[in-house]
Amino acid sequence: MPKSKSAYSVPTKKEKSDTYIFVVWVDNEAGVLARVVGLFSGRGYNIESLAVAEVDAVKNISRITIVTTGTPQVIDQIKLQLAKLVPVHKVAEFKREDKNVIFKEMALFKIIGKKKKMEKCLNACKKFDLVILDETKTSKVIQITALRREIDKISKKLKPWGLISASRTGAVAMTRGAKIFN
Amino acid sequence: MPKLYTGAEIVFKCLEDQKVEHIFGYPGGAVLPIYDELKNHTSIKHILVRHEQGAGHAAEGYARSSGKPGVVLVTSGPGATNVVTALTDAYMDSVPLVCISGQVPTHLIGTDAFQECDTTGITRPCTKHNWLVKDINDLSEIMHEAFKVATTGRPGPVLVDIPKDIQFAKTKYKKPKKEKKLNGKSNNKFSQKQIDQLIDLLKNAKKPVIYSGGGVINSGPKASDVLREFVELTGFPITSTLQGLGAYPGDDNQFLGMLGMHGTYEANNAMHDCDLLINIGARFDDRITGKIDEFSPNSKKVHIDIDPSSINKIIKVDLAIVGDVTKVIGKVNKTILKKKNGHSKSNKSNIAKWWEQIQKWRGKDSLNFVNSNDSIKPQHAVQRLYELTKDKDTYVTTEVGQHQMWAAQHYKFNKPNRWMTSGGLGTMGYGLPAAVGVQIAHPEKLVVDIAGEASVLMTMQEMSTAVQYNLPIKIFILNNQYMGMVRQWQELLHEKNYSESYSAALPDFLKMAEAYGCKGIKAENPFELDEKIKEMIDYKGPVIFDCHVDPNENCFPMIPSGKPHNQMILGPNDQDDNKIKGKGKALV
Repeated sequence: MPKSKSAYSVPTKKEKSDTYIFVVWVDNEAGVLARVVGLFSGRGYNIESLAVAEVDAVKNISRITIVTTGTPQVIDQIKLQLAKLVPVHKVAEFKREDKNVIFKEMALFKIIGKKKKMEKCLNACKKFDLVILDETKTSKVIQITALRREIDKISKKLKPWGLISASRTGAVAMTRGAKIFN
Repeated sequence: MPKLYTGAEIVFKCLEDQKVEHIFGYPGGAVLPIYDELKNHTSIKHILVRHEQGAGHAAEGYARSSGKPGVVLVTSGPGATNVVTALTDAYMDSVPLVCISGQVPTHLIGTDAFQECDTTGITRPCTKHNWLVKDINDLSEIMHEAFKVATTGRPGPVLVDIPKDIQFAKTKYKKPKKEKKLNGKSNNKFSQKQIDQLIDLLKNAKKPVIYSGGGVINSGPKASDVLREFVELTGFPITSTLQGLGAYPGDDNQFLGMLGMHGTYEANNAMHDCDLLINIGARFDDRITGKIDEFSPNSKKVHIDIDPSSINKIIKVDLAIVGDVTKVIGKVNKTILKKKNGHSKSNKSNIAKWWEQIQKWRGKDSLNFVNSNDSIKPQHAVQRLYELTKDKDTYVTTEVGQHQMWAAQHYKFNKPNRWMTSGGLGTMGYGLPAAVGVQIAHPEKLVVDIAGEASVLMTMQEMSTAVQYNLPIKIFILNNQYMGMVRQWQELLHEKNYSESYSAALPDFLKMAEAYGCKGIKAENPFELDEKIKEMIDYKGPVIFDCHVDPNENCFPMIPSGKPHNQMILGPNDQDDNKIKGKGKALV
């Protein structure tokens, strides 16, 4: 290990990182997203995906869903730091492997090509709640909802069959069963 | 119909309702309506600084020495950016500040208007919260909330950015709401069960140490009282962080001195070898912990803090109690006293051996230094200053560097709120403006800024403020012509390559004092030191004291980077003892 030549200590052993999904309820006001995102960038946390929209127009509440990776200590810090922000009402976090939580992402694909290849595409997407939003003789715009890695996989698969443009959302999450967390 | 007030009037009505007596500020185009209103509010006194950073630090000194929030008023653009250092400083050291900044009129926001900057964007990471007031009807509520956020929970700076048109617009004034729940942001949710767990740990400890921090000061003077009672009840040794100094009397026998990078041998070794570590209102800062993997390896750790995010951030603890120090320790003391009534067996006998060990460490006398008849040693200067001012209720501020560490090591504080220093951010130039703020809060008290000549030049212009308001602050400069701490690190870590750490063209501080219209005093040898210090204390007015000290002195003891607490470098005396070759001070 190189000798530290600074007044700071050298980094020590690292723990294993896991993927977590944070759900944050915030006041829907100017700058609130910048506060949340700034906290992540300022403290060196990482954001894999982000989804945000108002969920309660009367109470003026937005719900932010953030996918991130970190060691247990970092995940704990993210939660506590988020909770300290003034416009933040509540923070929940789930491990990606958590069976009690549903995670979904949506993707829009534009596919251009001959009928045969188009068929292949539609077949491959069937199991992901396929919706055809627009079609012409030579093109289709389709919508699927699935997990992140499933969309990763399918978009790779569709490329040679005519996928020319993809637009994706960040993940959103909801617990299973009657239990709620808000 | 209720009376309508302009935004500027509302600002002052809020300040009055928040019982603000002093604001530190600097006028400019975008805050002129507020400055125009100043004359109508005689209970609020404005202190005109010379640079907005000075306003921020002065407000910090005011807040830290009085326990009340400091209020800053600056204009848009450069006014706001100049105050950013002070806001960041206050954020790091948990000082309650309310900064009001002017902004260009709302219709010009985003157009790169004259003196426009994204103030809320720039200050977002260095405030607890900030607001851009876009609607005059929100102004009163935002102002009141600003004070609440700044002063509750873990205190810190907030900023309210008010566009110029909002300052002119009119609306009704809303009084502060009583006890509005603050979104769960003030935490006091500990349970008796946790207290009982702590008592169990206390009972079984054989080698305990209490490590207290700035949280004790922030919790108010009562916190220091309960801390003293707690230390007396347990008989445990106590050490303190830089920010915690004064919470426990510095000259008491149970006090081990400051811990950390330049802490005492006994404090750091006690931290390393203890079996129970009780952190009260401190945050395991990297200047304290040294190497994390080897930090206090065999201890059960307890952390009492009002900020839940401080817990397990750096050091994993066995018992965390989230709450206000006064409340938590007060409860602990009560529980101890109650339990003692049953069976009076205290564990003081359990820790007798531990105290013996601590006495052995104390025998090292790690703060020693080789005094000299030829030149003033900086440590000696601080010691003499302490001896000659300890009978007065003295307030001490510092800049940042070697002099700051020497002040922390050799000046013994017996009361909270008497010691104002920039710890977290380490802001050179903090001490002089902070002294201005302290003197405003305590006009009759002796206020000394123990300074270095490099630091003090960064905010020297505030001497003009001190003269304007006849604030008798004493700027006690330990002048070694170097950026001493930089030089020390270069000596120890960079093969004595003293790159740019020598100030070749220092001003003549006596002439500088004269130019500012205050008194200048110079001390060049140890024999005249006492007399000159007395002259400084007795002078009724601001003084710049140029104390020429040995330029080669290093600050010891020291934990080198990446080393645990029990591997300290001691001063030259001890290095000679250990037969390390060459001149002691040149060694790593």
